[in-house]
Amino acid sequence: MAEYSAFSLLKNALAGNKDWKPAWRKPDPKASYDVIVIGGGGHGLSTAYYLAKEHGITNVAVLEKGWLGSGNVGRNTTAVRSNYLLPQNTRFYEHSMKLWENLSHDLNYNVMFSQRGCLNLAHTPAHLDDYARRGNAMRHLGVDAELMSVDQIKRLVPALDVSGSARFPVLGGLMQPRAGTARHDAVAWGYARGADRRGVDIIENCEVTGFLRDGDRITGVSTTRGEIRAKKVALAVAGSTGHVMQLAGISHMPIESHVLQAFVSESLKPVIDTVLTFGMGHFYISQSDKGGLVYGGDLDGYNSYAQRGSLPIVDEVMSEMLALFPGLARVRMLRSWGGLCDMTMDGSPIITTGPLPGMYLNAGWCYGGFKATPASGWCFAYTIAKDEPHEFNAPFTLDRFYRGLIIDDKGQGATPRLH
Amino acid sequence: MLITCPYCGPRDVIEFTYQGDGNRERPQPASQDLDAWNAYVYDRLNPAGDHNEIWQHSGGCRAHLRVVRNTITHEILSTAFARGGHKSADNRAEGRS
Repeated sequence: MAEYSAFSLLKNALAGNKDWKPAWRKPDPKASYDVIVIGGGGHGLSTAYYLAKEHGITNVAVLEKGWLGSGNVGRNTTAVRSNYLLPQNTRFYEHSMKLWENLSHDLNYNVMFSQRGCLNLAHTPAHLDDYARRGNAMRHLGVDAELMSVDQIKRLVPALDVSGSARFPVLGGLMQPRAGTARHDAVAWGYARGADRRGVDIIENCEVTGFLRDGDRITGVSTTRGEIRAKKVALAVAGSTGHVMQLAGISHMPIESHVLQAFVSESLKPVIDTVLTFGMGHFYISQSDKGGLVYGGDLDGYNSYAQRGSLPIVDEVMSEMLALFPGLARVRMLRSWGGLCDMTMDGSPIITTGPLPGMYLNAGWCYGGFKATPASGWCFAYTIAKDEPHEFNAPFTLDRFYRGLIIDDKGQGATPRLH
Repeated sequence: MLITCPYCGPRDVIEFTYQGDGNRERPQPASQDLDAWNAYVYDRLNPAGDHNEIWQHSGGCRAHLRVVRNTITHEILSTAFARGGHKSADNRAEGRS
């Protein structure tokens, strides 16, 4: 398969773009593999990619219920950041950030990673103190963070209402300059192409309907395209974790599935060139390269597998946007959609061996899964290949909840809808 | 989404506060069974389908309700007071909504 380069672009342009090949094959499933990854989203595809690239394990199948990019990897608001408070999270997400910074070169696929910064707004003195603490915690671990004054924020985001008469006046903010956005579809396609080139079979329209077992041990899966055996079966199914674990006979998990909505406006000229978050509610916004404002807020707040939300959250998110940007009142919303979030009891993820022999679990991404895509796959591949976690994902066990080792960055407790 | 409160009748979901999985059993306060407490605090039944859950009509009569709701269609199959023994004011919403 041809490398993508300026030269190949030019050559194909002159040839009328007739010679491009599909970026990945459409193979039929084999009878058995060394590793099956369930879930062809960002995390499943990056897991397969790093299994092949870092560990030389290429006899791998990625099973996807629908088509690539149909789940959360194509439904998120594309923000990438590593501005966490707790060291377990900071180390993991900073590893992800470093992978992001070289991802387009690594994949030979332009994921349009744009380090335009992420600014969290503070609206009370206590809030600003809290951000100073978080910034210090980040810098202590080598992550970039800067407190910004109102004047600096005003210059950076002129459209923002920083007047004292705003409903929640802005007093400052915490900026991570290396944060930014990436084109989410390209991340799925780039990892798919990279894995496929190394021999991984990506099998779309193949839903897992049950697990093959030998006693307790998982030895494969039954699917809508027949039974497939494997030495190791790895789950990366995000919002469907509860459902798929029930197929394996595990009814209870420290996870609830919730729906999160996202929105995009009509295209505007450049108005926001960073990722901005509101501190008095839950709201985040950036602008895509096409000009659409991409934004979202809270979960709908109740268990859901529906991939669609309800109107009260739409109303709330729009109100939050207008509290920050009164000038956007007449901008029209173009589209809204919902994705399923696997909310854990402490707001942090799970990347672990087990819980059954032969099974590996990657879950609990709450609504922060997109930025984790590279490190999630990288750590999960390590865990699958070596049957033990890497130090970056060693804290993200399933049994941490029962051993008093929770990682609750927000300090919210076991109420998943609030994380 | 409308939830039919047995006391107030059908009301918009914004009047209600979600309290999650209604299948959990709280151990006796004096219990020292760590596994039972862990299960109560952290474990959830998270089905794709009918789900027993607890809601509070916090923007209305403040009653705690036991609701059966489908997590794929969002259809509400039944609502009742979480504590037994109550009758709704005019039998508007015993059982199915």
